[in-house]
Amino acid sequence: MTLRRNRALAIVGAASVFALAACSTNGGGGAAEDVPGVTEDTVTIGTHQPLTGPAAAGFASISAATSAYFDYINDNGGINGRQIEFIVKDDGYNPANTQTVVRELVLEDDVFAILGGLGTPTHSAVLDFLNENEVPDLFVSGGSPTWDQPEEYPWTFGYNSEYTSEAAILANYAQEEFPDGTYCMFGQDDDFGDDFEAGLLEILGDDGLAASERYSVANQDVTAQISALKAAGCDVVFLASINGFTALAVGTAAQLGLFPQWMSSSSGGDYGTLETDYLQENAPLLLENFISTFYLSLETNENDPWVEHFQMVQDEYNGGGELGGNEIFGMNMAYMFAEALAAAGENPTRESLVEAVESGAVDGTGIVPLGYSPEDHTGNLGVRLSQVKSGVQAYFGDTYIYQDGEVSVYDGGAVPFENEGIPTAE
Amino acid sequence: MELERFIFLTVDGLARGAVYAAFALSLVLIWRAARIVNFSQGAIAMAATYIAFVVTSMTGNYWLGLVAALLGGAAIGLIVERGVMRFVSPVNPLNSVIAALGVLLVIQAVVGMLFGNGYYPMAVPFSQEPLPWLAGLSISAYDLFVFVCVAFVVLGLAVLFGKTNVGLRMRAAAFSPELARLLGVRSTRMITLGWMLASAISGLAALLVIPTELGLNPHATDLVFVYAFTIAVVGGLDSAPGAVIGGLVVGVLLSWVSGYLGATLSPVAVLVLLLAVLLIKPGGIFSVTKERTA
Amino acid sequence: MTGIMSSRTTVIIGVVGLIAVIGLTFVLEPFRNYQLATIAAYLCAVAGLTMLTGVNGQLSLGHAALMACGAYCYAFTANGLAEQEIEGPVLLIVPIIAAVVGATVLGLVIGLAAARLHGPYLAGVTLAFVIALPAVTSRFSDVFGGDQGLWITVERRPEFLAGRGGTEMFQAWVAIACAAVVVVLLRNLMRSNFGRQMRAVRDNEVAAALAGINVARTKVIAFTVSSAAAGIGGAVMAFMTQSASPGAFNLFISLFLLMAAVIGGIGTLYGALWGSILLVVLPDVIGSITRGLSLSPEVAQRLDGNLAVGLFGAVMVLVVIVAPFGIQGLVRKAGHQIRSRGSLQSAPHPK
Repeated sequence: MTLRRNRALAIVGAASVFALAACSTNGGGGAAEDVPGVTEDTVTIGTHQPLTGPAAAGFASISAATSAYFDYINDNGGINGRQIEFIVKDDGYNPANTQTVVRELVLEDDVFAILGGLGTPTHSAVLDFLNENEVPDLFVSGGSPTWDQPEEYPWTFGYNSEYTSEAAILANYAQEEFPDGTYCMFGQDDDFGDDFEAGLLEILGDDGLAASERYSVANQDVTAQISALKAAGCDVVFLASINGFTALAVGTAAQLGLFPQWMSSSSGGDYGTLETDYLQENAPLLLENFISTFYLSLETNENDPWVEHFQMVQDEYNGGGELGGNEIFGMNMAYMFAEALAAAGENPTRESLVEAVESGAVDGTGIVPLGYSPEDHTGNLGVRLSQVKSGVQAYFGDTYIYQDGEVSVYDGGAVPFENEGIPTAE
Repeated sequence: MELERFIFLTVDGLARGAVYAAFALSLVLIWRAARIVNFSQGAIAMAATYIAFVVTSMTGNYWLGLVAALLGGAAIGLIVERGVMRFVSPVNPLNSVIAALGVLLVIQAVVGMLFGNGYYPMAVPFSQEPLPWLAGLSISAYDLFVFVCVAFVVLGLAVLFGKTNVGLRMRAAAFSPELARLLGVRSTRMITLGWMLASAISGLAALLVIPTELGLNPHATDLVFVYAFTIAVVGGLDSAPGAVIGGLVVGVLLSWVSGYLGATLSPVAVLVLLLAVLLIKPGGIFSVTKERTA
Repeated sequence: MTGIMSSRTTVIIGVVGLIAVIGLTFVLEPFRNYQLATIAAYLCAVAGLTMLTGVNGQLSLGHAALMACGAYCYAFTANGLAEQEIEGPVLLIVPIIAAVVGATVLGLVIGLAAARLHGPYLAGVTLAFVIALPAVTSRFSDVFGGDQGLWITVERRPEFLAGRGGTEMFQAWVAIACAAVVVVLLRNLMRSNFGRQMRAVRDNEVAAALAGINVARTKVIAFTVSSAAAGIGGAVMAFMTQSASPGAFNLFISLFLLMAAVIGGIGTLYGALWGSILLVVLPDVIGSITRGLSLSPEVAQRLDGNLAVGLFGAVMVLVVIVAPFGIQGLVRKAGHQIRSRGSLQSAPHPK
């Protein structure tokens, strides 16, 4: 009697297990050659992005722009005759989800490489996994120095200007312009905030900050932190915050009657995002004189061929609409990957892709030099400062780079626009 | 400077506490009507706020949105009570908790499918900047609006239960459903009414508190629900005045904790408070019932 | 209700099942092995929860936090060992033991408070507990690593598993072994004298006390044991993902664990197994269906995740109202029917 029931159980159990096995046979992806994600006429790559969750509103447009630029390249014949397929997975800015979606990309979708995984906390969670599996991990979207460890993580390359550089350059400017200011900081309670603060202190000295407040992404009430900044009498506040929390900080400060000079990391300082997604009609007033940094073309640049080109791609492949910092960030990302792929040879392998990046074949479209070499996996080496005036965010002053604890002026100029923005093997 | 900060934190805490109090009131209403702690209350309120958001975006009128939140909340309360909770066997109290959690998941998923999981910034009808003629108090016009709304809810409930026939019947049905039925009160209808009223109030509370945060999203009320639950327990689940006073006290307490000890600590403070009250005075501070059984 | 299986049959079935599942790891794709390991990790926690809620009548929404406790204890110990350059079986097993110890201690503390609370109050306190977790990790971020969590050095797969998919196979083995230990221990506990005491307390505390059962002690022990099981689940998760972060153990995970226990059939270990399989397989199946429908990316984005959660919620409500014994109840019913059709002599069991 009982035995029979147990048999029934065992059958159901076995059936469900085999259903699982059956699922797994069609997950292979089928590469023509031995290189994962590469066939005769396609290259499949993937990324993890916060499409939902507290960071989403600020960043969801990046991967859309990257996809659009790949569509543009594909319509013009692809790279070495291969179409680029770009799989975007949502991780909600939650490291635990990143773990799952990146495993899906690598083990189930068999991607060739991961491109532009977004977020320092999120991407840190898959760093070892990607390197252990020897998956090229290109152009991580986050300014942590973690990405630049060629010895330990030979497959990982940075992209953003590092938080320490941004912070040092901002602090350097603040000392010149507001020498008598009371300097304070408002930042995320993880490596983003820590690295940024380290960069500030490098320039301002160990007691250079009158107050340093932190927020947690999980808690959207920042009233207490901002009131502490007010109590400390801050008149220059450095921001190491993602867009949503920049908006919260600026909005809450205005409610409390605090109107300091804001100086933001590029990661949370895109005026377009802050206006469209958060502050709306209050943006021009709240963000007047807001200083931020960036290392790519700004949409307000005049006579910038890259901006005109990106606007064209935006109109034809990304549903039109205004071009903003996020779109330029995403399209530049796609351009850089295409450069690397073009230089990786007729039959690219994961090794040849990484060698191509290290060989200096990738220039990007930005205004500062890139650090890539076999010994260095840093992305953009510096920044230029921008300021909001009457609702328009535009560059001003010099472009700076930060190396070996020193801020210096960079006068190399921007990357020239060639071949309709489609990289070729050089 | 220190005093100013103290006043600011206290006033800010009172404003938030008022909203939490309204939310806690909705839990008390359902508890009194059906002896159920409604774990889906946060989700119901969140969904009502989405309705308000849609109406306000379509008409450009905040007040129509506010009415929509009240009506929408009541409608969702009706559906949840008549469609689900009524059929849950009361034999085991865990059943109603599990069913309510199921409802919570369904509502969050449906809203997520309809609107996506993104954040929508919400407009407020009054400025959130401090009023100049109340300088030093840091009270904004919006804070005043919140106080007025909550006061309206509290007074409305007091009148309803104290002065009207319906209120009397609701109290009778909650006090002893069987006896009330013998006396001609349609107890099941009164329970439904309690759910609708509670859900409308929680919808209003969510509509008031969400604009002060990052924006509307399917999880916007998760934390608010925990605060409200704590307040309802501190005040005594049976006691409406307890919920109001508890709301204001907890609001101020949380504001002090986050102001002086760090914002991240407020959920921990809530946990400690909840445990302390339940272990030391399990009936809640304002409740007259001695022992509570669920 | 429960027919007492002869223990020999159970052992045979258990061993055969275990060998079958381990054999399966050799043929599965790496990602499926990762999913199998996830099922096993969930099973540890769901089994503990189903005993606590189904057998002892205490509803906890805090089991995600107890898993987190296990994961962080695992992380501290593993990283500490790695710093001393200790590797091998020690690095594999000692952190899991530490996770059990940590979760047991925390479970004991919560259990002491829980013993005085009933139904919704315990649910509310444990809910606050899980909500407070990210606050704690963020406040003491130098210890817990904030939202980002901790990176863990774990014991790598043995050399003979080198190559594609070897790591995932190894992860599945470790996870299955842990789940097997948890299930066997819980099964014995639920069938022991203590199991009867737990049921007596669930059904009527006053009657149980009159029968000489120490009600408070029974509840505290049940909560502590259940926490230890959740701790192992958390340790396995930490081992698999090489990290411990608050986001991996949020309120949703707590709700999912409860859902798995309820839908599978609350109070039974088979039910915990069905529920855990469903937790991993259903979202995956829904994902492949929506991908097959060639929806616009935005619609697909919205359905992804949400559809599975909505279905889970709806099924949970239905189970509570219509089929209180869940999948396992249906399986058992089907078993009864097959049996009564097979032999004319045996009358259908009265319910």
